Amino acid sequence: MIRHLRSAADLDAADATLILDTAGEMASLTGGREVKKLPALRGRTVVNLFYEDSTRTRISFEAAAKRLSADVINFSAKGSSVSKGESLKDTALTLQAMGADAVVIRHPASGAPHRLAEWVDGSVVNAGDGTHEHPTQALLDAYTMRSRMGRLDGLRVAIVGDVLHSRVARSNVLLLTTLGAQVTLVGPPTLIPLDVAAALSEKTQVSYDLDAVVPDSDVVMMLRVQSERMQDSYFPSAREYSRRYGLDVARLRKMPEHAIVMHPGPMNRGMEIAPEVADSPRSTIVEQVANGVSVRMAVLYLLLGGK
Amino acid sequence: MAYLLKGVSILGAAPADLFIHEGVISDKPVEGAEVIDATGLVALPGLVDVHTHLREPGREDAETVETGSRAAALGGYTAVCAMANTSPVADTAGVVEQVWRLGREAGLVDVQPIGAVTVGLAGKQMAELGAMASSAANVRIFSDDGFCVADPKLMRRALEYVKAFDGVIAQHAEEPRLTEGAQMHEGEVSTRLGLTGWPAVAEEAIIARDVLLAEHVGSRLHVCHVSTAGSVEVLRQAKARGVRVTAEVTPHHLLLTDELAAGYDPVFKVNPPLRTRKDVEALRQALRDGVIDVVATDHAPHAVQDKECEWAYARPGMLGLETALPIVLSVFGEDWDLIADRMSVAPARIAGLDGHGGDLTKAGTPANLTLVDPSVSWVVDPAGLASRSRNTPYAGTTLPGRIVATFLRGEATVLDGKAVK
Repeated sequence: MIRHLRSAADLDAADATLILDTAGEMASLTGGREVKKLPALRGRTVVNLFYEDSTRTRISFEAAAKRLSADVINFSAKGSSVSKGESLKDTALTLQAMGADAVVIRHPASGAPHRLAEWVDGSVVNAGDGTHEHPTQALLDAYTMRSRMGRLDGLRVAIVGDVLHSRVARSNVLLLTTLGAQVTLVGPPTLIPLDVAAALSEKTQVSYDLDAVVPDSDVVMMLRVQSERMQDSYFPSAREYSRRYGLDVARLRKMPEHAIVMHPGPMNRGMEIAPEVADSPRSTIVEQVANGVSVRMAVLYLLLGGK
Repeated sequence: MAYLLKGVSILGAAPADLFIHEGVISDKPVEGAEVIDATGLVALPGLVDVHTHLREPGREDAETVETGSRAAALGGYTAVCAMANTSPVADTAGVVEQVWRLGREAGLVDVQPIGAVTVGLAGKQMAELGAMASSAANVRIFSDDGFCVADPKLMRRALEYVKAFDGVIAQHAEEPRLTEGAQMHEGEVSTRLGLTGWPAVAEEAIIARDVLLAEHVGSRLHVCHVSTAGSVEVLRQAKARGVRVTAEVTPHHLLLTDELAAGYDPVFKVNPPLRTRKDVEALRQALRDGVIDVVATDHAPHAVQDKECEWAYARPGMLGLETALPIVLSVFGEDWDLIADRMSVAPARIAGLDGHGGDLTKAGTPANLTLVDPSVSWVVDPAGLASRSRNTPYAGTTLPGRIVATFLRGEATVLDGKAVK
């Protein structure tokens, strides 16, 4: 197993499958039990180093580490020495001195986990870095798809929205194509990054027409689109964006009957996704959150060499 | 001090003896001259850098005029043009004279200050270009380097205004709206790394505009650190039309590519950013063809804390003075005529530095020259560099060619590969 999870590209198909299988075991070991705790990482220290507010991701990692009996230290950029201007390197050396076995990092700068991995001995887990990647989100998305659809190989997945700024999209493209899915990126041309297929996976397709893609998709994954993007001329208005690229009830009806709707959250209801769609039985949004804990348990367990 | 360089090869020619006396090349033996065994060494006119950041005043923790001068001499340079983005900015006669005086005191290379085009590099109001030109520093190159003179009207006026004293505007070609938040070359690698792209068109659009402006007002334009294949084509067309434009390329843009950003180590972060292999090939060809006139280092020292951090927070720039000639040698081989022209003769002409880039075969030429041993390779050790900073992208790289000695107006600044002071 690899030592760090900085990018979904760190995972080959065997490693990725092992994580998903292990997540399944974690879910069955802890699910439905009153005591949701396993002793696997007793005595190990996991630091959550969060330079951005992200309650849902931090709580998910914290729950995962605690269910494995690890000691968890939450190190938030707010109200810490970080806000006094301490460098990432000095923070890393501090964590190193405290004996962190794993550091889970969320950071606004792309590549911060790569830098951190040079300065600590423990495992580094990328919990979202800038507009780069969010590999555990991709793993939990893949886990959710596999649970619902029974397979990933050959699965047709549409990822819709602000791909340019989305770390979720980058990680999903890398992981899903590694696992044999067919990914189509959909959005206005302004929000599809340059040379995306060459950059991530030659198997990736690009479309600017959501209506054309929806009927042939097994999974439609909607990305969060910040309405501020319209200030920067990526699209003219939230209304136009929503009409052209939002998943509304009419588009939901055009999806195959078995197809599911995903969203990494937090959602802009009425913008990229209609409330009726978000709350429909086809939506896996709440399931994704629950699966997140199992997947992160599997990642921490495997990276820290748990047996 | 008089020197006899015994068995030296001037620009690769057959070995001969070269005399240096009273600051100039002499054709007669001189009594009591110090003899230097120059067997196997190649003499080049002292290198001239039209684009150096010496950081003083303001960031003496990164570099000073003295440490930068020493790095320059060790790199074979006898003159460097110091960029204006100091703190305070070199936008007045007072600051350019201070830099000029510090250079004289260091006494290792001629330090020729560049003046800012606009007050505080802010791109709003023209600085007192005439006062800087008339000062003791005798400024002829003006540049807001680090920032583009983006306002087309201001750029036009600056190009026109400096005609009065044969000045030249050196443009940092970067359309600011197209590069907001930019971190690296926009392309496949920036997409993969999730770093905001710096599109090639942001450079090409400004160069295209500026050559048209220079043509319209009949002025000289110099383009700093050209980095893209598209820019080369714009320059090629402009030169063919007779526009008075010159251009520089850095050693790193002749060698390195954007793939180096993959590990997010900011030692590879530079502005303009490292481009693609296709751009590198086009820049090499352009330098051979003369579409690009000179190699300029854009030597940009940075303190450790400004590089040992997240990519997006790091300052752009890399060291260049001590590795420029070896990089050019490694790219072009021992084409000494090409090297002498692009690294000494042409830059001296652009900067108006009489006395540099002279013909070493002629008696009376000011003795500004450097001796290179092309047979020696060396491994770049950041800690072994004379610059106060360590941000070289070549750490651990083996490079050909070692500077053995450098002479400034007949006085040795480097002997046996070591600075004399």
